[in-house]
Amino acid sequence: MSASSPSPQIIIVGAGPAGVRAAQTLVEAGLRPIVIDENRRAGGQIYRQPPPGFVRSKKELYGFEAAKAEALHSSFDQLRPSIDYRPDTLVWNCMPGHSGQLDLLHAQRHATLPYTHLILCSGALDRVMPFPGWTLPGVYTLGAAQVALKAQGCVLDGRVVIAGSGPLLYLLAYQYAKAGADIVAVLDTARFGGKLRALPTLLRQPVTFAKGLYFMGWLRAKGIPLLDGVEQIAASGQQTIQNLRWTRGGKTTEIACDALATGFGLRSETQLAELAGCRFVFDELNQQWLPQRDDAGRSSVPAVYLAGDGSGIAGADAAELSGRAAALALLQDLGLPTNAAAKTAAEQESRRLARTLRSNLQFRQGLETAFPTAVHWARNCADDLVICRCEEITAGQLRRSVQQEGTVEINRLKAMTRVGMGRCQGRVCGAAAAEILAHATGVSVAEAGRLRVQAPVKPIPVSAALAAEEQT
Amino acid sequence: MSKTTDKVIDTDVAIIGGGLMGTSAALELRRQQRSVVVLEQGWCGAQASGVNYGGVRRQGRAACQLPLSQRAHAIWRRLEQTIGSDGEYIASGHLKLARSDADMQELIAYRDMAAAYGLELELLEAETLRRRYPWIGEQARGASLCAEDGHANPRLIAAAFARAAEQAGARLLQQSAVEEFGFDGNYFVLQNSRGERVRSRFLLNCSGAWGKEIAERFGETVSEQAIYPNMCVTEPLPPLMNLSLGVVGGAFYARQVERGNVVLGGGRGIGNLALDATRPRASSSFKALAALTGMVPALRNALVIRTWSGVEGETPDHQPVIGPSATTPGLLHAFGFSGAGFQLAPAVGEVLAELVTKGESSTPIDAFSIKRFAIQQASKQESKV
Repeated sequence: MSASSPSPQIIIVGAGPAGVRAAQTLVEAGLRPIVIDENRRAGGQIYRQPPPGFVRSKKELYGFEAAKAEALHSSFDQLRPSIDYRPDTLVWNCMPGHSGQLDLLHAQRHATLPYTHLILCSGALDRVMPFPGWTLPGVYTLGAAQVALKAQGCVLDGRVVIAGSGPLLYLLAYQYAKAGADIVAVLDTARFGGKLRALPTLLRQPVTFAKGLYFMGWLRAKGIPLLDGVEQIAASGQQTIQNLRWTRGGKTTEIACDALATGFGLRSETQLAELAGCRFVFDELNQQWLPQRDDAGRSSVPAVYLAGDGSGIAGADAAELSGRAAALALLQDLGLPTNAAAKTAAEQESRRLARTLRSNLQFRQGLETAFPTAVHWARNCADDLVICRCEEITAGQLRRSVQQEGTVEINRLKAMTRVGMGRCQGRVCGAAAAEILAHATGVSVAEAGRLRVQAPVKPIPVSAALAAEEQT
Repeated sequence: MSKTTDKVIDTDVAIIGGGLMGTSAALELRRQQRSVVVLEQGWCGAQASGVNYGGVRRQGRAACQLPLSQRAHAIWRRLEQTIGSDGEYIASGHLKLARSDADMQELIAYRDMAAAYGLELELLEAETLRRRYPWIGEQARGASLCAEDGHANPRLIAAAFARAAEQAGARLLQQSAVEEFGFDGNYFVLQNSRGERVRSRFLLNCSGAWGKEIAERFGETVSEQAIYPNMCVTEPLPPLMNLSLGVVGGAFYARQVERGNVVLGGGRGIGNLALDATRPRASSSFKALAALTGMVPALRNALVIRTWSGVEGETPDHQPVIGPSATTPGLLHAFGFSGAGFQLAPAVGEVLAELVTKGESSTPIDAFSIKRFAIQQASKQESKV
């Protein structure tokens, strides 16, 4: 499409750091994008705003990141009159083609929306690695524990253990402790040795690195036990979690607790990119199939762009940059700006953004060394461990399908066992299932294949379909 | 580009297509001591055989299909002995609903016709229907019940047939698309994408929506087009529907599985003949949901968790192609089941085995001959002259 064509209908999905900066860039170029967001207020997960009526200071909510949160929120507030903003709206399907179309759900009603250009900023979700007791009430993901704090201003009640790996571990512990939570232990499944090895790359972003060290120092000063190299965590209890057990250096410890927040890094939410027809490649760094994108965020499908954590985890700062980069690429593809000097400036900025994003990626590689995903998890998990909580499928059932039915591919595993066939459609359990399959068949996770996505991305009520059908 | 190897696999029967037709034929042929190689382009049972609705239904089939369907029914009743798995098969009953008096008349006429084939159907007036099945809504004006029809889980059934065939000694070559076809007057020689060559006296074309392409390799023209049935499934719900549902006119078909999910079909998705290239359509799903909840109002409050489609071959008269090729001795067809092959499959396997071992089928299959397309072609040609 060229600048002289009928006006493009540009849809940005997601109003987190990537989506907001993409929208801002398009508005600056005189365009009026549609911004669809599943949340009721802009900011995404990291800069999530409390519901209207809750009053908490940005400093309380976002700590070190308060200034960035403030900047993003105020940018978005300024954009509001210049965009078509659709909050509280789920994009549950994308039908690509010459006349691309999104299926939406808002206020229990269905709607469709055509697009000429799409910028997907679909964000991320906690990486879940099942362990004994992970489905007990009182066990939360780190992300969910943080949402409770940011959106509702509350913390998990009683004695809280925070366990897992990744930078969010210490951040959440810090935020929770500051908010008055009773943290009885912070358990890191990574080893300090790994962190030292990663030091040279981590120092590429000294500020981020320093924040991590600050959180750890602060927590120690408050007398909160921080343990690294923790293995084999297991929750137990009657109705809810009551105890948490782990081993460290060959020694088993068990403590009483009332809640557990746990997470092992993040996973990109890639469903819409897949439904949009994007080509996927297995990404070793993320240990996940990701939609292919160039430096600027162009996907393999013309007019579909990718930005933020939804196409590879890189964090909030990178998301803001990649949102802008994707919007600049889109403008360039539209033949904008037309003015030669402005065009050169835009091209220069695109190159600068690409360089910064690449350097950021190296930092991310450093983080992966410091907080490696527990690759040996699949080997150790017991046969009776539930992997797919929606369909109640255990690791043993998955292994039996491999042994008795000769299953070697993840979609066949789904067909044979129902793993990933429930309400979450594999968003939560898909990675763990692929790791079990890969381990049981002796291949890499990449070779185990990619779990195909079907609409809806999240469940939709039949009543919404009926209302839509009455309108036609 | 495939690499050629010198290795030739000799077998009595080669089967193209590892779906239900191909693997049920393979299983039966092994029982009759024939050596069998199945060539499957993807995974056995991963296409229409594994992703269809799962209706095990005789009611509603055309008269010409009923003998074959009755034969299949007898096999379904002893399925577990046949394939070592029940595949969630349940003879729940199949209820075909009427929405008008005209629909009821159609059901009455069908019942009278089916009786001649030994298929007993019970007609239920509106009042009886609702007394017996209180979850059925006001829209239903009556129904026809086939008490011994039912449903099964196609994912499990298709895989179980493939496994049973393999355990019986059939050789399954998966991820193995046939790239070259040869026939020297006596033997077929196929070469697959892995460079393996298979030589056989008989060749079975059990290729579903791809059946037409295979037939064309042997100079046979078939009117078959790809169709993409549209499917959805709800979250697990408390037990509600204790039988499989259909409706006159076919706006929807639905069943509740053991786990509690309601599986619903109706309308068409979109796609092409590449593997895994089908998509459901929201508009089709919505229409089917509206038709279903018109008949089962309690489902209005459910959540839909997944939609999907698959590819099937449909012929102009909606009848499959089953039987010997008109051009090539030793070539047998079984494809184009037009969205209704699941229940028939075990009987089709037996018929194909009979054709290989005895040269004839003990169940009438004349209506399914590939020759009917040649005749259509010829009459078209004539009318042009």
